[in-house]
Amino acid sequence: MPVADLLLPFGLTLDFFTDTGFWVGVGVLAGVYVLVALGLQLNVGFTGMTNFGAAGFMAVGAYAMAILVLKAGFSFWLSLPCAMLIAIGFGLLIGLPSLRLRADYFAIATIALAEIVRIIAQNARGLTGGNQGLFCAEGGAGACYNDAWTSLSSTIEGWFENLGWSDPEALAPLLLAVWLTVVLATLGLRFIQGSPWGRVLRAIREDEDAAEALGKNTLVHKLQSLAIAAAIGAMAGFFLALDLATVHPEDYEPLVTFFAYGVLVLGGLASYWGVLVGGVIFWAVLEGTRFVELPISETQIASIRFFIVGVVLILLMAFRPQGMFGKREEMVLGE
Amino acid sequence: MEARPLTLGAEESPWRRLRDAADRRPAATALILIGAAVLVMIGAKGLHAVAQGGLNGLSLGAIYALGAVGLTLVYGILRLVNFAHGDFLTFGAYMAYMVNVTWSLPLVAGIAFAMLATAVLAVFFELIMWGPMRARRAGLLQLLLMSIGLALVIRSALQYIWSTDIRLLDVNTTDTVGFLGLLIGRTQLIVIAVGVVVLVAIGLMLRQTLLGKRMRALADDLELAEVAGIDTRRVIAYTWLFAGALAGLAGVLSASITSLNPNFGFDLLLPIFAAVIMGGIGDAYGALAAGMLLGVITEWSVLFIDARWKIGVGFVVLIATLIIRPQGIFGKAKVV
Repeated sequence: MPVADLLLPFGLTLDFFTDTGFWVGVGVLAGVYVLVALGLQLNVGFTGMTNFGAAGFMAVGAYAMAILVLKAGFSFWLSLPCAMLIAIGFGLLIGLPSLRLRADYFAIATIALAEIVRIIAQNARGLTGGNQGLFCAEGGAGACYNDAWTSLSSTIEGWFENLGWSDPEALAPLLLAVWLTVVLATLGLRFIQGSPWGRVLRAIREDEDAAEALGKNTLVHKLQSLAIAAAIGAMAGFFLALDLATVHPEDYEPLVTFFAYGVLVLGGLASYWGVLVGGVIFWAVLEGTRFVELPISETQIASIRFFIVGVVLILLMAFRPQGMFGKREEMVLGE
Repeated sequence: MEARPLTLGAEESPWRRLRDAADRRPAATALILIGAAVLVMIGAKGLHAVAQGGLNGLSLGAIYALGAVGLTLVYGILRLVNFAHGDFLTFGAYMAYMVNVTWSLPLVAGIAFAMLATAVLAVFFELIMWGPMRARRAGLLQLLLMSIGLALVIRSALQYIWSTDIRLLDVNTTDTVGFLGLLIGRTQLIVIAVGVVVLVAIGLMLRQTLLGKRMRALADDLELAEVAGIDTRRVIAYTWLFAGALAGLAGVLSASITSLNPNFGFDLLLPIFAAVIMGGIGDAYGALAAGMLLGVITEWSVLFIDARWKIGVGFVVLIATLIIRPQGIFGKAKVV
């Protein structure tokens, strides 16, 4: 379409705006990363803990859910709270030995623990399917962990049709579910942040020794912060597992945590709504690059996407470390 | 009533006294513990298997040690947890690949070019990023996330040029050398030899030369070194040159005994961090020793566990060190 070619730079095509199915998929992914970043916001932005184990929380949640359904015969809906409890247990396991460490050691310890989870997922083949991962057989042969969700999803698709959306996208119900969860999680986090408990977290972020001197048990508060982030991370893991219809070790690499940090600092530290906006912009820009038609290979386009994330992280930290909506006076990036 | 000194019984127990003695001489204690572990292993698996595992571990250990010494000095001097250090290794390996495979020159030329290029790259980022950020007194998380951004930038640039394909340097991977009943690949033996020579040279350089002493002084206390009249900017630039060149070398050595892809340096980063923390963060000698030790431990682990779990050994050592002895196995007890 020549008109579109005139209007849009870099050989963007009109598909950029009209490919609903594609953007619904991007919206699901953005929602997943917003959830992870919300947990990180609680840890990093409000408690001052440099948690780099977010991918581990997701992996534990997703694997626990899939294993409980596939190997232990749990129903899908029962597996969700159980998997969240397991993820919380993992969060506490991370926290107990490492929370007394300095921030830089804590960052390294958490990333290493998340990697240990991934290595276990890769190698404990009997339980996790190893490098094959846990996946749903083609053509619905045999039960799968997402059966219950698939039937609910088609019910929701029916509602969409009743509302006048003639041919709803297959991922639209998941998009609705993930963003509903995002909004509920944001409201919940904002509520507890305003409570006395939330104020103690802020006090720990500003000066842990002072909070301790005032008689607050800082270790317990930090563990609680980590436990909530683990529960939210597990939910993100559920949604990713439903989105991809497979649970695979490569989907929980440290890169996932780094991308979530990209969402977090783009939105801004110490701002929950900022994370939502950050997540949408981050993924819209990142996935929008798929429509840029350049005479280069698929791998090279993927490289450019990673390059952009890296440059954005560097420039944000150099020139606007508080992100879009963060408050300079609430910056915890200092020592 | 007679006043009794307020001592707890536990403080006088032999166990407590042993612990105190161990804390006073951490290096000797570490050696004794390692020696005991080796004897137990020899008892369980036989001398030959333990010696062969140890020999295999030396090449991995040399790579870890070379990577760790630069990372630990950068941390000590700049308080920067440099997540891009692993990608310096990758960068060096690809530079050597370009010289060695694309231009068909000898590997020695590739190594020299890789060390030079990686050193220049490290100094370049000091000039445009780390120096200005230090001047602004940037915080820990800010620098941490910047280094992650830099890691992504380096890795994706390499991936853009060389794709994600697995590539091999032009080295002899089939010849083996046998001595004392042990068997080792020729290239692997060269890696060990180069590694050991360079590591000894680094040790001497840090101990004997003025620059080495200044680097260690800065790593110990930057502000005190500045007050003492050391030109810290120059020493910092040299530290980056040093760290970059060694990372480049480590990358080429690793690529010559395995293969290269854009992710391999990042995969080595966490074991290298493990060596840094085991050696006591900021302690160059500690990093050298701990790197070698970790390589050997990793190979010895195969005597007891399935080889596919080998990749996790570094991570477990890292966590165990952080829990039991966060100041490092050779460090004196202090708060971290």
